[in-house]
Amino acid sequence: MANISTLNTTAAGLDAVSGRLGSGPSGARPRKVLSQRNIILYGLLIVAALYYLLPLYVMIVTSMKGMPEIRLGNIFSPPMEITFEPWAKAWASACTGLNCDGLSRGFWNSVRILVPSVVVSIAVASVSGYALANWRFKGSDVFFSILIVGAFIPYQVMIYPIVILLRELGIYGTLTGLIIVHTIFGMPILTLLFRNYFTSLPEELFKAARIDGAGFWQIFLRIMLPMSLPIFVVAMILQVTGIWNDFLFGVVFTRPDSYPMTVQLNNIVNSVQGVKEYNVNMAATLLTGAVPLIVYFVSGRLFVRGIAAGAVKG
Amino acid sequence: MANSVSIRDLSLSFGAVTVLKDLNLDIHDGEFLVLLGSSGCGKSTLLNCIAGLLEPTEGQIYIKDRNVTWEEPKDRGIGMVFQSYALYPQMTVEKNLSFGLQVAKMPKPDIDKRVARASEILQIGPLLKRKPAELSGGQRQRVAIGRALVRDVDVFLFDEPLSNLDAKLRSELRVEIKRLHQQLKNTMIYVTHDQIEALTLADRIAIMKSGVIQQLDDPIVIYNRPKNLFVAGFIGSPSMNFLRGEISEVDGRPVFTTHGVNFSLAGYQASEPLSAGRKVVLGARPEHIAIDSDVMGGEAHEAVVDIEEPMGADNLLWLKHAGHLMSVRIGGARRYAPGSRVRMAFDMSMASLFDAETEDRI
Amino acid sequence: MSTRATASAQPGIGAGSGSSSSSGSRAATRRPNQLFRNLNSKIASIPMILVAVCVFLGGTLWTVVYSFTNSKLLPRSSFVGLDQYYRLWDAPRWVISIQNLAIYGVLSLIFSLAIGFLLAALMDQKIRFENTFRTIFLYPFALSFIVTGLVWQWILNPEYGVQSIVRSLGWSTFTFDPLYDSSIVIYGVLIAGLWQGTGLVMCLMLAGLRGIDEDIWKASRVDGIPMWRTYLFIVIPMMRPVFITTLVIIASGIVKVYDLVVAQTSGGPGIASEVPAKYVYDYMFQAQNLGQGFAASTMMLLTVAIIVVPWAYLEFGGKKRG
Repeated sequence: MANISTLNTTAAGLDAVSGRLGSGPSGARPRKVLSQRNIILYGLLIVAALYYLLPLYVMIVTSMKGMPEIRLGNIFSPPMEITFEPWAKAWASACTGLNCDGLSRGFWNSVRILVPSVVVSIAVASVSGYALANWRFKGSDVFFSILIVGAFIPYQVMIYPIVILLRELGIYGTLTGLIIVHTIFGMPILTLLFRNYFTSLPEELFKAARIDGAGFWQIFLRIMLPMSLPIFVVAMILQVTGIWNDFLFGVVFTRPDSYPMTVQLNNIVNSVQGVKEYNVNMAATLLTGAVPLIVYFVSGRLFVRGIAAGAVKG
Repeated sequence: MANSVSIRDLSLSFGAVTVLKDLNLDIHDGEFLVLLGSSGCGKSTLLNCIAGLLEPTEGQIYIKDRNVTWEEPKDRGIGMVFQSYALYPQMTVEKNLSFGLQVAKMPKPDIDKRVARASEILQIGPLLKRKPAELSGGQRQRVAIGRALVRDVDVFLFDEPLSNLDAKLRSELRVEIKRLHQQLKNTMIYVTHDQIEALTLADRIAIMKSGVIQQLDDPIVIYNRPKNLFVAGFIGSPSMNFLRGEISEVDGRPVFTTHGVNFSLAGYQASEPLSAGRKVVLGARPEHIAIDSDVMGGEAHEAVVDIEEPMGADNLLWLKHAGHLMSVRIGGARRYAPGSRVRMAFDMSMASLFDAETEDRI
Repeated sequence: MSTRATASAQPGIGAGSGSSSSSGSRAATRRPNQLFRNLNSKIASIPMILVAVCVFLGGTLWTVVYSFTNSKLLPRSSFVGLDQYYRLWDAPRWVISIQNLAIYGVLSLIFSLAIGFLLAALMDQKIRFENTFRTIFLYPFALSFIVTGLVWQWILNPEYGVQSIVRSLGWSTFTFDPLYDSSIVIYGVLIAGLWQGTGLVMCLMLAGLRGIDEDIWKASRVDGIPMWRTYLFIVIPMMRPVFITTLVIIASGIVKVYDLVVAQTSGGPGIASEVPAKYVYDYMFQAQNLGQGFAASTMMLLTVAIIVVPWAYLEFGGKKRG
């Protein structure tokens, strides 16, 4: 397999030469679509793609079947009779151990958590990153290093001190508390992201603005921000998916009536009461996964850039 | 002459690395001063200190007799032009020019007047509504100069402003900057590593090396009477020929001896006595070596042409003589084949002698 | 002419002895108070400083210190030395958790690096539909561990999932029910974890491959080196930094594994798929045995330190950057 591409190009080179000499066949060399190399290459890729797509497919078909059909058939077969009842039930009336409001309660809780958390965490981190990139002061790099090392510390180590801290401030279990927690744990990666981005902007631009008399906030708001739209989008993608998918902080820092969607979902599916309704469970799972999936499919390359920026630079 | 910018005992170090060391410099009112040196010599650092973008470790900076060492860049009465132009990409040319004035809360009619004047001087009127991305390199640099111009300041700082342009544009804008200086008569401090820019633009050149000014002088003086070996080698292209040797005495007169060959030092204006036995380096620029018909009497030595490099207006010959390889600049029409023998002599009145130990001019 | 210029040069360079004309404003000023320089930047950095010092540094120290106490429902400062740690390592649940973490961790590292690199290498063959394939391989990474866990719980369901399908095809003795067999349950979790995470590894590896100079490939082709040899002996060694970074990212993620287990198995059957992170949560917030929770989380910290410290030393130690 390995040699074939080499052979192909050698052949192409020979063809070109003979074509120019006029002794061999002229015109474009016919492309072999079904070369052995291509069959193996695309074969492997398609098998892998099927494996990755399988769970999504299973989720979709299961969520559209009725329970009798699920008990009879296998999980891979397409639904004989398409029904959206499981979706309606998952959204509005599925039961957790505590209530029977379905996922809708969790969805709105998640939205209420998501919007302010994303805004606050990005605002704080972008300013920190800007200060680190352009207005370094004595010790700023030390604090930044602590922050980055902190990104590797398991959350479990810091969670209880934060509980105490929030309890002392009287905001444990409130939305404000959870927003602060998301801001704290989003800070290392986002600050790094923004710091690296602002550092990559030409330093002379910053110098020119200082000569023009602009100060810390003026330069940030009028020079840096208008140039930084892409990185803000990347940060938003990172935070929207991250916060939406969070489970641990949701469990620890909220009360049951304001549990986010992931917690609600887990409580519905893994609830021990009643008969297991797999179709409702899968509809609920799909609904919960829908938000990050939409973000992912819409943002495409920016998502990749976000995780790569977040990960590789770490 | 009043001083526009004065620098006193300025030092700057980053941790253990010393970038500037006890630097003193006075720049006259209306003077065009060029800071010249290779990269890392501290010239840009010095400019950034004057601009207030870097804090010195020690020393004081005065602009117009006011101590500005700890003042904000905007309060120093300076304008600055950068190598990468540093135009704000999201703003139009007009906005770029007026941003600083807006920040300073200047009334709108005054801003418009300043922008109009600057765009007239620089002929960028038709570009005012465009964004920087729509401009050519030369136009961008003109706008960048305009941004310094609208601030109506005493001192202009240029940080390698032409280095990002191609050769042709560079020489065009060089002329424009010179014309601008003649028109405005501001003090200008100009950082570059390009010796042609330095020689053509400067009233005075300060040549820097490792954070120390090696020589501060008129361009012609720097070229003809370099203070030390570094300056001599740095300025001039092709560079000066250096011959290591020593002073000896023949018939009571000092001569320069290298590889057993004596060169008369008659005509050399020494600032110190030329005592026999002193180890020295003789420096002669390619155009200050005479060959064949140019040799005006006196002694002449025989040399062999090694390589010929015709450059159009000039012709550069590489001569081999007594173990040295020397370049000689002659008229473009005079041609020599490799291997031909020529008579050569140094023009000692234009040559330089340096102490081999201290590397200073004698 | 030259004499004039030489003379004019002297006052400029000569230590300022010449022109001290106006004396009033020429007095040297002292460096202003450093505290107030760059003040806005310092104010803007307060949240970052608070988080770094109070939460990350302070919180970690607090937990480590209190892991030496016998705190139960509330943190108490009665120190009992290493008692909590003895109790921890005596607990079968903790030992199983650590075993599971080791199995899951090692296999997850090997497989995700291998599969991720293989997929990246396939993707790097100038294929058509590259974007489509990448979208497919990476989408699971956008999903939460909860969703991942629940989907695979369903697919591995012995009554309706893979096992029943293979049996219905005629192989009636086929057995594959990792979620109900305590000896292999952790492999069931591993399958789900790999499905979720390999896309990311593929992306990182692909970025690494794309960062390799095109000329390397041209050179090896001209030299007639087979492609697999080029990968094995030239490309992979060149990608060492990417591998190490990826390794650290996966590894520090593995230690945190929690939601996946909660959703997929709830630690069961019995305690067969427990992991340290779950142990910590359960002891802190359910069993009201804070001391155990602190000790267990300190052990997690230690694990991460063993992974991260050598890497950080290799990566950042020695060379300083400004």
